[in-house]
Amino acid sequence: MIALFNRCLGILLMCLLLCGAQVAAQEAKAQFLASGAAPASELTLRSTTDTAILRPALQAFVDLYPDIRLTYEQWGSNALYTASLAACRDGAPTVDAVFSSGVHQVVDLVNRACASPYTSVATAALPTARRWRDEVWGITKEAAVVIYNTDLVPLADAPRTRFDLLDLLRRKPLVYSGKIATYDIEASGLGYLFAFMDSQQATTFGGLLEGFARVDAVATCCSAEIISDVQSGRYLLAYNVLGSYLDDASYEHVGVIYPQDYTLFLSRAFMIPKTAANPQNAALLLDFLLSQKGQAILSNSNLVQRDSADETGLEESIQRYISINPTLLVAMDRQRRTLFEENWRTTFDRALQR
Amino acid sequence: MNNGARGGQRTLLSRVMIGVLSLLVLGGIVVAIATFEYGRSAARQSFDRLLVGGAQDIAESISIQDGAPRVDLPVSAFSLLSLAADDRIFYAVHEPDGSLLTGYDGFDLRDVAQQDVTQPAFFDGRMQGEPARFVTVARPFAERAYSGRIFVTVGQTLRARSALALDLTTRALMLTGAVGIVLILSAFLVIRSAMRPLEGLTNDLLHRDPYDLTPMPTGGPAEMAVMVQAMNRFMSRLDRQVGAMKNLISDTAHQLRTPVAAIRAQAELALEDDDANRSQRLQRMVHRTRSLGTLLDQMLSRALVIHRTENAAPTPVDLRDIALSVFESVEDNPDIAVQLSIDDVPVMVLADEISMGEAVKNMLANAMRHGVAPVVVGVSALEGGNEIWVQDAGAGPFEDVLATIGQRFERSAASKGDSAGLGLSIVRAVAEAFDGQMDMGRTAGGFRVTLRFPSVSQEADI
Repeated sequence: MIALFNRCLGILLMCLLLCGAQVAAQEAKAQFLASGAAPASELTLRSTTDTAILRPALQAFVDLYPDIRLTYEQWGSNALYTASLAACRDGAPTVDAVFSSGVHQVVDLVNRACASPYTSVATAALPTARRWRDEVWGITKEAAVVIYNTDLVPLADAPRTRFDLLDLLRRKPLVYSGKIATYDIEASGLGYLFAFMDSQQATTFGGLLEGFARVDAVATCCSAEIISDVQSGRYLLAYNVLGSYLDDASYEHVGVIYPQDYTLFLSRAFMIPKTAANPQNAALLLDFLLSQKGQAILSNSNLVQRDSADETGLEESIQRYISINPTLLVAMDRQRRTLFEENWRTTFDRALQR
Repeated sequence: MNNGARGGQRTLLSRVMIGVLSLLVLGGIVVAIATFEYGRSAARQSFDRLLVGGAQDIAESISIQDGAPRVDLPVSAFSLLSLAADDRIFYAVHEPDGSLLTGYDGFDLRDVAQQDVTQPAFFDGRMQGEPARFVTVARPFAERAYSGRIFVTVGQTLRARSALALDLTTRALMLTGAVGIVLILSAFLVIRSAMRPLEGLTNDLLHRDPYDLTPMPTGGPAEMAVMVQAMNRFMSRLDRQVGAMKNLISDTAHQLRTPVAAIRAQAELALEDDDANRSQRLQRMVHRTRSLGTLLDQMLSRALVIHRTENAAPTPVDLRDIALSVFESVEDNPDIAVQLSIDDVPVMVLADEISMGEAVKNMLANAMRHGVAPVVVGVSALEGGNEIWVQDAGAGPFEDVLATIGQRFERSAASKGDSAGLGLSIVRAVAEAFDGQMDMGRTAGGFRVTLRFPSVSQEADI
């Protein structure tokens, strides 16, 4: 009796219009196969992760299974969600695996019975916060961090907590005016998810929005761009950037702060669509990514945060995981999202008007 | 039981155990069905509460702002529903006119809105093909700018319910099963211990010599004691009959050999002798033959008496009838006068008429042979019992003879060779067979032989 969800199309269209040129349906495509192999079997993976970051893991996978030719498609999270939902509704054959940072979107797909279940020793070993219904699994562990340009921001100004950030925005609005960046929540599924989680964690979120408005913060897209702009000095400071995109070597002027009031951790969600053509290959990939070897490679790519407090200064108690469970459906709610975005927009609009 | 099933028959233990087992299995099935129903309803109740809680949580989050309802979907509602960890969730908020405010579409509110939704309305349905449970709650608004009822529908698939129901059922069944096993074991022990005397009896019977007719031990439960006693009675009767038969055969062999040899000798002598002596020889032969006839009569009479006392149940007998018929059989005897002494009141005893007749006939024959006329046959009803007696006017035998009298084949010098010595032993056997006793003694009128039996009231036997 619960049938089709027309409203989603509406949201998608609206989103596509809003996101415009930034979000093409498919951003990049790559093929992986073991050198000298003649693969007999296909595996198509659709992901929001940059190809370069996942390349070592995927190459290791095809080296281990030379029978498989892996086609990798990089998509924007909202487009990926919409395409997956449409495929699920039509029942048309689709990609074999979805690997998205828009965890709430994948949870929604699972809630709409778009995924097929799979269990193995590796999936069973995951903590319950990182899997749901044996249909969606959290593969990575990536922190949402604050980054700043180490040359242009004095060490005293570097905020250790969100309260420090609030104080800084109050103290030096002129210095930081137009120099602070964060995700555009309307363009990026991940940005919305981070903002939504922030709004649940603490009342500081309202204050932060006010502060961002005061200093004319810039809502923009995409981790990589934000990071390079901080490196170049276009932005002094950026809030809620995925720590996994930071490569210490290439960004020498970028300092990373794990907020000490709490740090959000994201686990990218892996799902095998129920219309997958090669679900067994997708399961092989899932088990590989969860294996010790797979996790080690992901860790080298910064996708799995090492559990050492020395490096991040994080106590267990301030680590907040984005649990993969149905409460994320609230983030997908039409009205809730509309209210949230209205609030967001009014804040940033006010900033623009000023 | 080591000698349990023979010839395809089941032992009593196995029959009882099969009965107990089927009862337990039947009970187990009933319990299982009841448990499953209980588990299902318990799971349904508890998870229905979650559903209502979630729906009401959402309903509480609705507010009217600028004349339009707004749902600030609460995370707590979904945390509550997430307690059913692996179940997919449906939710939809509808305006009074049935249009979707937020949530998933595809749900037709009309079915529910026709009902009176003052209470949460539950119903079963399907969610993308999977069975699911739904609830609709209504929240009425009566604002200046907005009035009417807003409907919140929440649904969930049934995995957690089924798991809980299964869990409850399994636990209860495991407990029931454990109790059942304990019951079966104790039933087996109890029944086996109850059957043990029977086992002992069976073993006793199995190992018993077929010719062993001694009584079996009558220990054990009452039901079995009855059986064993009946069997013992049967065996002792068999024993007595076998004994009687042995006696008859050995007596016959022993007693007949001598007279028959004597008769043959007389006959051979008679053939060889001259005519003068032949008639004397024949005379002796006749005497011997008559004596042999009497012996045969008495032996058969004794066998008859013993056979009847074993096989014919005692019936009420009027002693006067016995006395009368015996008296009539000798009334016409010219040698000795016989008198009858009876009253007009019945003198009843429990006995066998034929055996009694034989006994009294022998008593009378003794009196007529050895006694002094007149001989009297009489019946008297006394305090200590009813009597039938034969009396003659003589002094009776000597004391030393009296001591041995009544044994089988004990003939005194006075018996003149034509008695077999069985008469009084027949009388004694009859007395013993019917709980009576035989007395011999001198009275004022002479020597009297008495048979005394316990009296029975005449009325009781009609």
